Amino acid sequence: MKKLMSGNAALGEAAVLSGCTCYFGYPITPQNELTEYMAKRMGELGRVFIQSESEIAAINMVLGASVAGARAMTSSSSPGMSLKQEGISYLAADELPAVIVDMVRGGPGMGNISPAQSDYLQATRGGGHGDYKTIVLAPGSVQELTDVVPLAFDLADKYRNPVVILGDGMLGQMMEPVSFDDIKPPKEYPKDYILTGAKGRPARMVRSLLFDTKEEEEHNWKLVRKYQRMESSEVRYETYLTDDAEMIVVAYGIGARIVRGAIKRLRQENLKVGMIRPITVWPFPAAAIQEMAKTVHDFFVFEMCAGQMIEDVRLALAGKGHIHFYGRPGGIIPTPIELYRIIARHYYTAARRKK
Amino acid sequence: MKGTISIDQERCKGCELCIEFCPNKVIYLSDKLNAKGYFVAAFDDGKECTGCATCAVICPDVAIEVMKS
Amino acid sequence: MKKAYVKPKTLKEAHFHYCPGCGHGIINRLLMEVIDEMGLREKAICVAPAGCGMLLYNYFDIDTLESAHGRGAAVATGIKRVRPDNLVFSYQGDGDLAAIGTAEGFHAANRGEPISIIFVNNGVYGMTGGQMAPTTLKQQVTTTTPLGRNPILAGHPVRICEVFSMLDGTSYLERVAVNKPAAVIKTKKAIKKAFQCQLDGKGFSLVEILSPCPTNWKMGTIEACRWIDEVMAKQFPIGVVKEIS
Repeated sequence: MKKLMSGNAALGEAAVLSGCTCYFGYPITPQNELTEYMAKRMGELGRVFIQSESEIAAINMVLGASVAGARAMTSSSSPGMSLKQEGISYLAADELPAVIVDMVRGGPGMGNISPAQSDYLQATRGGGHGDYKTIVLAPGSVQELTDVVPLAFDLADKYRNPVVILGDGMLGQMMEPVSFDDIKPPKEYPKDYILTGAKGRPARMVRSLLFDTKEEEEHNWKLVRKYQRMESSEVRYETYLTDDAEMIVVAYGIGARIVRGAIKRLRQENLKVGMIRPITVWPFPAAAIQEMAKTVHDFFVFEMCAGQMIEDVRLALAGKGHIHFYGRPGGIIPTPIELYRIIARHYYTAARRKK
Repeated sequence: MKGTISIDQERCKGCELCIEFCPNKVIYLSDKLNAKGYFVAAFDDGKECTGCATCAVICPDVAIEVMKS
Repeated sequence: MKKAYVKPKTLKEAHFHYCPGCGHGIINRLLMEVIDEMGLREKAICVAPAGCGMLLYNYFDIDTLESAHGRGAAVATGIKRVRPDNLVFSYQGDGDLAAIGTAEGFHAANRGEPISIIFVNNGVYGMTGGQMAPTTLKQQVTTTTPLGRNPILAGHPVRICEVFSMLDGTSYLERVAVNKPAAVIKTKKAIKKAFQCQLDGKGFSLVEILSPCPTNWKMGTIEACRWIDEVMAKQFPIGVVKEIS
């Protein structure tokens, strides 16, 4: 059964259905609708909702709720996400599950409230301190936004690690019909690490201060092994018309939807353009791109920023093929026709070079 | 002797608070060094200890156990 | 001969890392004495700060979580909201609560979160070597106020209990000290009252404890205890600041 909902509200409902019992948020456009939705919904269900005094407080409330055993979530947008980085590093170090939603907006600094993709590196590399990683899911539609929420909670519990949902202002605020029928009740995950009061068991200590450098190193390698497991089994992406493609666009989230419109026009003129759309931008689908590079020479990276994911494409290709780039930072939303013209021009110059 | 105390040599850091606040001045700073290199406090059993435990109350290192008859 | 005083059961065997004459050691012990006497070992969850007090999880045989510097009140909020029946208390120093963690402490208090904050006020940043803290006194010399704290340049010492008493969410706020036996006994009572306030669901409680830091005050241990009465307590008056019945 489908309902017309904004991405933010749909995300909230999906979180509720995924067993999120604690939500902590702070007002920031363009994700306010999520905080507002949770205020109503969590209240109705008698679950925990706090509008905190800052994004820093919110992420630390998530940490507290998580270490106490709850499925906890917070959401924000770019500037607020910057404030949460310290907390995310602590969540990773303490190996605590959490879901953090980032509806990216124009930046840097105050930026604006228009959708953008300029926080890619912050999300995928981690803006906090220390060697840590978070799985980063980048949905491309309101429906997919609701699909990744239960996945995010499960991955967070499965790996005991924070998971980031990387959206953008448009995804959050646009309305599309959405169904929640596929969301199954949350599975039980072992919670032998949570703090409940040392009753009938030894006291537990959750901390990340390890003065002994050998201990700290071993803790780091333990985390690295976890991240390697994520890299080997949690990559998700979608391909579109890549089988006969001469040029493959690499784009994610709302950017990829604009590219789809451009590709329809290009294909009408028999320009063989396809697309690979990472759904997890970390772990990045590098292997899939390397596979495509065996037959395709030209890759076209499109981002709604000045160019960040292009680094991952460059790493994946390791010098093979040719990378074209088109970016529009600052919250500009390019039109499909604009992209169609740009990609076509790159396509023709590439074709001439091949002759 | 109504009371007596035993001082854990290795926990004591020679901070002298027990010495300062003992009402009967039955504790003194010995010239014995513990493993951490502190001169440790010692109980002068020649003096009258009432077992009031003031020393244990003020000790920052939980180094004093008090017995009382 | 019967034992009149022994180490509290819930205090682990590990030796304290604190400096000689440091108030943290007394406060750590008092907390475990109170927890034993109130039978709270199986319900207690402590949030440790960043600072001298952070290694309390090596000493407390209860569930503990180490929070990022200054975030204890927010973390404790998250824990308490999920586990309202547990005794949740956040152990924080003056840098942790009154500097970087002001907003978190202030708003937890303002929301009347039924948690307790054990606020150790020793006037300096101890662990990092004696820098100025928000509670450093006027003209007091620290490693970052070498000529003495000049209020025009570095602000005034902040009275947390009085500030928090303005917030309707706070129920019990008391300032005590651990610089002499009588004061230590009063501190223990205050901690008990704070925990009872929480268990009775009466809202937010905070005990501010003036604590000697001989090493960074560059004083003898006994001189430091005296200094608290003679100087520090003038700026930070001892007593119950707020108590909602």
